Amino acid sequence: MWCTIRQSGKPSTVNRDVRTAKGDQMFLQEAEAKKILGGFGIALPRGGVADNGIAGGGVAAMLATEKLVVKALIRAGGRGLAGGIKFADGAVQAGAATDALIGQTLVTAQTGPKGECVRSVYIEEALHFDTALFLSLLIDQRNARPTLMASIAGGMDFEENARKAPQLVQKYALERDGAHNPAELAAFLANVGVEEAHIASVCSVIEALVKAFFDTDARLIEINPLALMPDGGAVAIDAKIVLDDNALFRHPEFEALSHNVHLDPSELIAQRNEINFVKMEGDIGLVTNGAGLGLATYDMVVEHGGAPANFMDIRTTATSFQIARGIGLLIEDPAVNVLLVNIHGGGMTACDLVVGSLGFAYQRSTRKPPIVFRVAGHNADWARRMMDDKDLPHHHAGSMTEAVAMAVKLSKGAA
Amino acid sequence: MGILIDKNTRVIVQGMTGRSATFYAELAMRYAPGTYVGGVRPGKGGSQHLGLPVFDTALDAVAETGADASMIMVPAAYAADAMIEAIEVEIGLIVCVTERIPTLDMLRVKAALSGSSTRLVGPNSQGVLTPGACKIGVMQTGDARPGSVGIVARSASLTSEIVALTNAGGLGQSTTIGIGGDPIHGIGFAECLALFKDDPQTKSIVLIGELGGVEEEAAADYLAAESFSKPVVALLVGRHAPEDRRMGHAGTLATLGSGSIEQKGAILEAAGAKLARSPDEVVGLLTS
Repeated sequence: MWCTIRQSGKPSTVNRDVRTAKGDQMFLQEAEAKKILGGFGIALPRGGVADNGIAGGGVAAMLATEKLVVKALIRAGGRGLAGGIKFADGAVQAGAATDALIGQTLVTAQTGPKGECVRSVYIEEALHFDTALFLSLLIDQRNARPTLMASIAGGMDFEENARKAPQLVQKYALERDGAHNPAELAAFLANVGVEEAHIASVCSVIEALVKAFFDTDARLIEINPLALMPDGGAVAIDAKIVLDDNALFRHPEFEALSHNVHLDPSELIAQRNEINFVKMEGDIGLVTNGAGLGLATYDMVVEHGGAPANFMDIRTTATSFQIARGIGLLIEDPAVNVLLVNIHGGGMTACDLVVGSLGFAYQRSTRKPPIVFRVAGHNADWARRMMDDKDLPHHHAGSMTEAVAMAVKLSKGAA
Repeated sequence: MGILIDKNTRVIVQGMTGRSATFYAELAMRYAPGTYVGGVRPGKGGSQHLGLPVFDTALDAVAETGADASMIMVPAAYAADAMIEAIEVEIGLIVCVTERIPTLDMLRVKAALSGSSTRLVGPNSQGVLTPGACKIGVMQTGDARPGSVGIVARSASLTSEIVALTNAGGLGQSTTIGIGGDPIHGIGFAECLALFKDDPQTKSIVLIGELGGVEEEAAADYLAAESFSKPVVALLVGRHAPEDRRMGHAGTLATLGSGSIEQKGAILEAAGAKLARSPDEVVGLLTS
């Protein structure tokens, strides 16, 4: 699969309020993550970023070493198994590998079926090492403690191996402020299988990880693999950081990173309009409020044999015009041939507000797919009467089951 | 009866003078007259808002009004400090409606909660409602009626849906609780189940779960360990959500101990809960 890369002059005017499509966390790619970890004193292979073959050859030439690795920079793991990592001998091969990767769409176990377009690569010296450690720091939801996960079976196959044999991973809970007993940590690492010669260097990597985690408001920091070198050192070969989007207000230093997140254009428009939106491939456009009701509607459509065009969660703060923008995204999509409106009015989102939005959206559009209209809660009766007064192609439905069945039937008839 | 709140609950609102706090506090005051006793807004102590006294600190508010519950609608950047302030005054119940609170701030709140007698609901919660008695939160109340079904949920919109359906089914609700959509939060499904177990008004429970997180797993562990005689119906949504995409607040799967939605359903069923595939199946399962 190949994707087109838009030439971007300067970053679009994304304000700090814009969230990533993945909700409230920001996934950093390897180069961004390594820049942060390097700043906390973690040893890294020498390397640099390139976005075309000539630049790739240049980075390789500067590294002045024969054995090189060229890695696709995407915001998801699993790229090694998906062909996103290439080895190269010298600058010419590194340039060619860069050209081969740029513009490719990588579909990995973590990107979702649409995959992610490769816009740049990271080129670094290939290191020889014997042991690949997996290290990860995150919050354990069961006890709300920062928790270190470690495994001696690190590397490209780690996720798959850990899934099959969870006992390969061991965890160590820190205090809520990150404090821990150094002797206990060393014993934990020995138990994981880290040899005596490497305990000190791995411990200092972990100290840096903990500091980075708290200083950056991370949700997750993962180093996989952490190469345990013959000289007793430890080098982070690959790294992943997930930042807490909710804490970005106190991290102006990361504002530039949020410009680099490439969203589906419709998801970006939705976000600017107080709507959580995920684009899917189907033909039934879903207009729903609240994540739970949105997911329930999505499940029911699929289980009735229909194909949702999207997931939608209209936030209660969205205005009528903002909701109209969200609806517009659906009716302007040529794949959408029926709209399923399932709103439970409450908070600041009364049912009649959404009728107003439907009116605006349909007025502006030449496409007028039929609407299955199902509302409950605040001002539901009033909203149904308003629908009848508007010149909109609609069918009323009483229950969610009835509405879903009707929408699926209409979508099949229209196809 | 019901759990957590009743007609004798005395509520203060932290962050009362904000725009949405004013909107929702007024609705809640109108819903259950007499249950709200004051507000907190640093710098506005001594003034009145919505006819109630405003205090500079939670300490002053509790001392003057005898409040035993707080609704927090403070902006995200200051919400953790507001929660910690309320915990330090040992208020009985905190309901935090504020969303988008940084996760690390919630670790400070959890540290303050340990060893404290305060219960926290939320953050990012629609709140707690004991129909006809007291409302602390932002939920829709038009379809709520006093009755026998306890509802505990991670989702506000689906709670409203189940409230409407149990009402239409003639059952009504004892108490509804939104535990909140954030990964680190206050009381969870298991603690709510334990409270419902001891509440004579509650005859059955609806548990509304989602993909991600560990709440459903904790509920299953609790049900499996307890002799729990009240029927529990679990509605789990996100069965067909693409696993790697985060949708709204429906949490990520890849976190510790968090199973797929199928696994969550299987262990809840094994622990004695009945599974509803859609909201429309819930009332039938409650009464069967």
